[in-house]
Amino acid sequence: MAFGAFGATVTATPAEPAIRRRSRVALFLLLPGILYLALFFLAPLLSLVITSFQAPVEFGDIGQYQTAFRWENYTTVIGTYAPHILRSFAFAATATVAALLFGFPLAYFIGVTLRRFPLLQALALTLVIAPFFISFLLRTLAWKQLLSDEGWFVSALHGLQLLPPGEHVTGTAFSVVFGLTYNFIPFMTLPIYTSLERLDLRYVEAGGDLYATPVSTFFRVTVPLAAPGIVSGALLTFIPAAGDYINASRDFLGGTETAMIGNVIEANFLVLQNYPAAAALSLVLMVAVLVPVSVYVLRSGTDDLL
Amino acid sequence: MTAFSRWFGRYALWIYSVLAFVFLLVPIAYTIVYSFNDSRRSNIVWRGFTLDNWTQVCNSQGVCEAFANSLVVGIAATVLATALGTMIAVALVRFRFPFRNSTTLLLFLPMATPEVVLGAGLAAEFLTAGVQKGIVTVILAHTMFCISFVVVTVRARVASLDPALEEAGRDLYGSPAQVFARITFPLLLPGIVAAALLSFALSFDDFIITNFNSGSFVTFPKYVYTAAARGIPAEANVIASAVFVIAIVFVVVSQLSAAARRKRLARLS
Repeated sequence: MAFGAFGATVTATPAEPAIRRRSRVALFLLLPGILYLALFFLAPLLSLVITSFQAPVEFGDIGQYQTAFRWENYTTVIGTYAPHILRSFAFAATATVAALLFGFPLAYFIGVTLRRFPLLQALALTLVIAPFFISFLLRTLAWKQLLSDEGWFVSALHGLQLLPPGEHVTGTAFSVVFGLTYNFIPFMTLPIYTSLERLDLRYVEAGGDLYATPVSTFFRVTVPLAAPGIVSGALLTFIPAAGDYINASRDFLGGTETAMIGNVIEANFLVLQNYPAAAALSLVLMVAVLVPVSVYVLRSGTDDLL
Repeated sequence: MTAFSRWFGRYALWIYSVLAFVFLLVPIAYTIVYSFNDSRRSNIVWRGFTLDNWTQVCNSQGVCEAFANSLVVGIAATVLATALGTMIAVALVRFRFPFRNSTTLLLFLPMATPEVVLGAGLAAEFLTAGVQKGIVTVILAHTMFCISFVVVTVRARVASLDPALEEAGRDLYGSPAQVFARITFPLLLPGIVAAALLSFALSFDDFIITNFNSGSFVTFPKYVYTAAARGIPAEANVIASAVFVIAIVFVVVSQLSAAARRKRLARLS
């Protein structure tokens, strides 16, 4: 204690120890959180790698595995679950495009049209994030009821003969993609809004002054300026959508033919206790998602990541 | 006809946006309306208005326990993640240190990883380590995915902080601890509060990671998932509706007070 009080007066004069003390402060601030992420983010990824190569214990019970190097685990899961993997990416990509088409005009409306009305703008933003405040599972179940055979939507489709009798909406690929789109619309709309909110309208006027049609001004001025928001929004929609298993679950919007990679991972891990298969599939999903993510990281640079 | 099409062209975006907002609110309205349904077992068909679900929320087996569990997990994970994340955010803005880029990447990756992968990874780790799944593993998992969001939120606040204010504190012979407690911390507080609220919201609504790491421990989303197969009781709608109303009131009040503060500042300058 006495040394501490004494030391403080001494170290204040030379600059060198002061810098060292500052870096000790940085270490103290960083270390707990970094260790936490090493233990509960990096180590789990490593556990997945180890588990994915494991082999069943000979004459062992279900769910008993030992360390091994079975590459076949990967070829087996990719062979068995290829339809689920492809379906996941197709559903996620479709939902991303649908959310972009839905969210872009909305983001433009909030970011540009409502600029002159700050209170309305704040209200509109609150409405966009409002779905976050009601349980994810309950709002998906609400759509299940609304799109069910007894609901007015399906009755209307039957009445207009747009849907053949005996056909359903829930349990189809359409309802799963619909649910994914609905649930991730805020993730798409908010980043685009952030880009468009800063859009300098003089650039758009310049397009018109240079005799560009509104359509070509839109695609050659507005869209490129909103590109950072579109890219963030697409990643924030695609990544969670590709791994989601709520919407595609049979108790929610899915059916027998809509299972995605997340459903297969859940079933293998929690029901079948086939941990190596679940781990291998998780890593396949992780690697597939890392491709667009690394492109994003390389283009934006690590300083602008957070 | 031309007058109509001109009017439509002018207001098309307004019309579209109003319809889009209605669309976004449809399942919320459905959930709230059905919290007043006089349902006996399954809450699918409308059978009349009642307040019983609201006055006797805990009558339905397990709903209130699950809700209480979610509150405990949410508070614990929020405290842990906010503390760890705030420290990292201050270090990222204020200090130069080796492996800075790797640190940023390590903080970014959990946000870019699908939740199933995070959930299955933690479950594989707990399985290998022989850790029993329960409330502790759920809190550990939630803290992990909240840290990065805390860093992002608080970092923005630290970056916008005027260093001159802290310098003034030091010029007036404030010790580093005093400068932090009287100047830095109060100025960071709005960012820290926002980060804590975000963490709580993320933890409270998480299902995927929880499902992999909870064992027989039931949170509110897990209760809903399990009940979905046999029919959700209206009491679950009551809890979700109440949480929704509280959250919306919170957001609106904070936005109005921010607007009032902006107006006051504008009048001063």
